[in-house]
Amino acid sequence: MNGQVNARAGASGKAGEKVLIADDEPNIVVSLEFMMKREGFHVLVARDGLGALEAIRREHPRLVLLDATMPGMTGFDVCEAVRSDVDTRDTRIVMLTAKGRETDKARGVGAGADAYVTKPFSTRDLVQTVKEMMARDAAE
Amino acid sequence: MNFDRSLIAAMLAPGLALALWLALGAAGVYAALDTSAATALSALLAPLVETHGMLLGFWWLVAAAGAAWAVRLLHIRYVAAPARLAEGARVLVSDASAPPVAAVGASANGALADALNGLALERRTLRQEMARLVEDASRAVAHQRDQLGALVAELQQSVVVCNLDGRILLYNARARALCRRISRAPGGAAGAELIGLGRSIHKVVDAALIAHARDGVERRIVRGEPAPSARFVTHTPSGHLLRVSLAPVREAAEGAPATGFVLLLDDITDEYEAEARTDRQWLALTETSRAGLASIQAALDMLDYPDLDGADRDRFQQVVREEVAALGARITALAIEASTALKSRWPLQEMLGADLVAAAAQRIHDETGQAVATPDVDTGLWLSVDSFSLIAALSFLARRAAEGRAAPSLELRLARADGHAHLDLAFAGGAAIAAGWQACPMDGTEGGASLSVRDVAERHGGEVWLEHKRTAEAPRAAFRFLLPLAAGGVDGPSHPGESRPEFYDFDLFAASDAHHERDDRPLEDLSFTVFDTETTGLDPAGGDEIIQIGAARIVNGKLLRAECFDQLVDPRRSIPEAGIAIHGIRPAMVRGQPTIGEALPAFHAFASDTVLVGHNVAFDLRFLKLKEAATGAIFDQPVLDTLLLASIVHPHADAQSLEAIAARLGVTVCGRHTALGDALACAEVFLKLLPLLRQQGIRTLGEARAASEDSYYARLKY
Repeated sequence: MNGQVNARAGASGKAGEKVLIADDEPNIVVSLEFMMKREGFHVLVARDGLGALEAIRREHPRLVLLDATMPGMTGFDVCEAVRSDVDTRDTRIVMLTAKGRETDKARGVGAGADAYVTKPFSTRDLVQTVKEMMARDAAE
Repeated sequence: MNFDRSLIAAMLAPGLALALWLALGAAGVYAALDTSAATALSALLAPLVETHGMLLGFWWLVAAAGAAWAVRLLHIRYVAAPARLAEGARVLVSDASAPPVAAVGASANGALADALNGLALERRTLRQEMARLVEDASRAVAHQRDQLGALVAELQQSVVVCNLDGRILLYNARARALCRRISRAPGGAAGAELIGLGRSIHKVVDAALIAHARDGVERRIVRGEPAPSARFVTHTPSGHLLRVSLAPVREAAEGAPATGFVLLLDDITDEYEAEARTDRQWLALTETSRAGLASIQAALDMLDYPDLDGADRDRFQQVVREEVAALGARITALAIEASTALKSRWPLQEMLGADLVAAAAQRIHDETGQAVATPDVDTGLWLSVDSFSLIAALSFLARRAAEGRAAPSLELRLARADGHAHLDLAFAGGAAIAAGWQACPMDGTEGGASLSVRDVAERHGGEVWLEHKRTAEAPRAAFRFLLPLAAGGVDGPSHPGESRPEFYDFDLFAASDAHHERDDRPLEDLSFTVFDTETTGLDPAGGDEIIQIGAARIVNGKLLRAECFDQLVDPRRSIPEAGIAIHGIRPAMVRGQPTIGEALPAFHAFASDTVLVGHNVAFDLRFLKLKEAATGAIFDQPVLDTLLLASIVHPHADAQSLEAIAARLGVTVCGRHTALGDALACAEVFLKLLPLLRQQGIRTLGEARAASEDSYYARLKY
């Protein structure tokens, strides 16, 4: 069962970039962390929204895989905070969410996510999306 | 004591006149004498005056007192007696059923009283005849109204009919029960501050919402829709959700404008909450399942890598196992919850307990051939039951009880028990009932579905157990069901005959209060709250407190006995024994009752938009005024006092107590010295006073207030 991936296609990615994985579900973090490391990214992990925002402000990752429904500060809140800060507004954000309603998707995109991926999803598709996003940025 | 100044003047006048006459006589004689004679007379009388002057004065005083006494007798016979006769006659003019006038004073008054009573009797007879004719003529109309009322009462929905101002002119018991549920007032008002004849429906449903719905209905009428109505959902200040359906009341003629509207009200709070809970569960299940599946999918993707080492492979396999187990647990929990919800949501119907027992006895007899006695059945109990499954359970248990017993002597009993009902199936004991009877599936129920006795009990939110009793004659046992009552008389018909409409008054269709100032409005058009309080003592400033408030409303000239306010109040202080002898309210009775801080705002809401009426009301108002700051309930509406009004109607009466006025006006007083009893008596007196005041030209509230202020008693200090 492949998840829905909303992103524009681009050229191949660039290894060694910082990627933040923010999710409170340890079982998905294990796989995403493993896979992103295999792809050559420098992987950071946050377990909640506040931790994610701090990591973004401190580490300036190139891209964030951001879970929408974390306790306390949600992914939507983090997204809005990142976009409103001039230091972090260019961070690429891929929102990962278990919320499948159209209204949720609209909220995610409205809050400033570059892509909105509904769980469950194919990790290969996700890696492809990330790589294309970075390649497109590099080309610009 | 009401002293008549003219009487006092008349009594003093003869004495003074005698003194003056004597003085003038003496002066005349003295003036007629020549100087020597005058001097001689003075010389002769001076010592006599000194020695016998007192005797002369006393002689004059006796004569003056005698004359005063004679004048008083004459006044009583020829002035006061006719005045009382006139007052009695005025009462008879306004109310032919008032007591006959009594003959007092001169004998001629007796003849006059007889003539008056004869006239009153004739008038009464004529009125009765006229009333009979009117009654005959209106019986058909009343019959139709009753049919409509009965129809409305039997509806399972709350029905309220209003005029265009939103004044309620009909409501049924369901609507009253709904308002009782959504009321925020403590027990005494019990929703009567929200719903009642002549009250505004806008206290329940926002005026803007009703106006909007009416606009929509009007547009549909213009478009020619045959049965226009509007539906909307609103929430009450107490947090209830109401679904409202509004339809216009129109006359039969084509294109006739609406004269009012009908509201059907449904409290959908529980329904909405149940649906919302289900929605939340489904959403949570969806989201947690998506997250779990995402973890599984990602782990499986990782497991596809051929170069995975053993430790990583174990880790991802463990992720899959954990997520699958969590998913399974969530689905199991949901299934259990759904099953519980199904049981609790099963529609229970209100049913007279005696009917249920009779039906169960018949069914058991049909199935087992055993007669079932019903010796102790509370015939007034209404239950909230699924009668089909309950009778099936009783029948199943009866079969179990009859097994192996030649004469099980079955009995069904029904009794109230602490907010529930006990429904017992008793039988001759002595042998054990096979274990597992509670969980054993009952055949023939729900088309063979495996429902057990326990399921049936749970479906009712109740319990079931087996009780053994050892009596002198023989051992007995009973299966006992603990069952819910029909919402404690809140929702359901608490009395079999009480399903009639609470009240209706279609004359309110024509009433409109939009364009009148209250002072200029006739008294008959106003709504009144007649009230009384019982207190710990007579000194509110010294710490005495209200311990009971009783009130009833008068709307459209009718006393609404069904919409009373009757509230005990915890004074948070002791109640003196001397007072208990009068009002009968003991400390134990007020313990746990609302405080004045809760009761007074409720009474304020009950009395809103009405004129306050009381007997010697200044006393009660002092208590209310002293509590304004603490309770926030400001009683700033107009006030009328029956003591003052009665003194206007009967200025010559000696006694103005409520009992004395009631006796003069022919009002029977019941339940005096309870706040509600006194309030009702005062209301009856007030209704009798209205036509008498009208005879004296006092027709409007403003005139009544002005006359009260000028009355003799108003000038006294309480």
